[in-house]
Amino acid sequence: MLAEILFFIFAALCVGGAINLLVQKHPINSALSLIVVMGSLALIYLLLGAEFVAAVQVIVYAGAVMVLFVFVIMLLNAGAEERLSDGSRVATILGVPALIIGMGITAALVSHMAGLDRIAIGGPTVMNGTDVFGNPQAVGHLLFRDYLLPFEVTSILILVAIMGAVVLARREEE
Amino acid sequence: MIPLSYYLILSAILFACGVAGFLIKRNIITIFLSIELMLNGVNLTFVAFAAQIKSLDGHIFVFFVMVVAAAEAAVGLAIIIAVFRTRETLNVDRVNLLKL
Repeated sequence: MLAEILFFIFAALCVGGAINLLVQKHPINSALSLIVVMGSLALIYLLLGAEFVAAVQVIVYAGAVMVLFVFVIMLLNAGAEERLSDGSRVATILGVPALIIGMGITAALVSHMAGLDRIAIGGPTVMNGTDVFGNPQAVGHLLFRDYLLPFEVTSILILVAIMGAVVLARREEE
Repeated sequence: MIPLSYYLILSAILFACGVAGFLIKRNIITIFLSIELMLNGVNLTFVAFAAQIKSLDGHIFVFFVMVVAAAEAAVGLAIIIAVFRTRETLNVDRVNLLKL
């Protein structure tokens, strides 16, 4: 029962934050509402038994990546967005809710036809007396054994990203 | 216990919000935030299916998505800074020509 209550509270926070991201004019408000979405998603991951993913979600996503975003917004002194092109207001007012509700209904129909709404998930997965599913030990075993090569390749990706960021953001020398 | 479909519906709604933000927003940073929102919606699908089939491979995929998102954020924000230096604007309607 507690899981249901927590899920609905944080799912509502997620959707509310995502809609607030669309409604807000100033990018800093959008960034802060995205942090709300990511924090609520971390709790939903905990409900699914993904402890380590939840921790990484808070540390890497809501922490590092969003700090980078907020830092750039403040560095560039970004103001409220100005609209130059007169986009169709009807498309914005009707189309966006239609898109969001339509995607939700589509997901509901598809998962109903696939029989996924009868499968209840979450809760502890006990092995040898302790809940091992999704804890750092289990994830680490998988990451450093079966997925060792992809893990090493991501380090190259990150190295390239660091060098790319430095080169792109560098000031051109006269 | 919560049905799997609820998680899928939530992730579809988050993804749709990201798509809508990507389409209607004119600030390049907000467009970038919408992309992050879409990635989060996909991550929720991965974790939900990982919980359904009791396999941790979905969690590993989430990590790789997070790594790619972090790398993308670093490079993308560097590009935004470079664009702002040359154009003095963050509005994508003003950044519609390849040449200055």
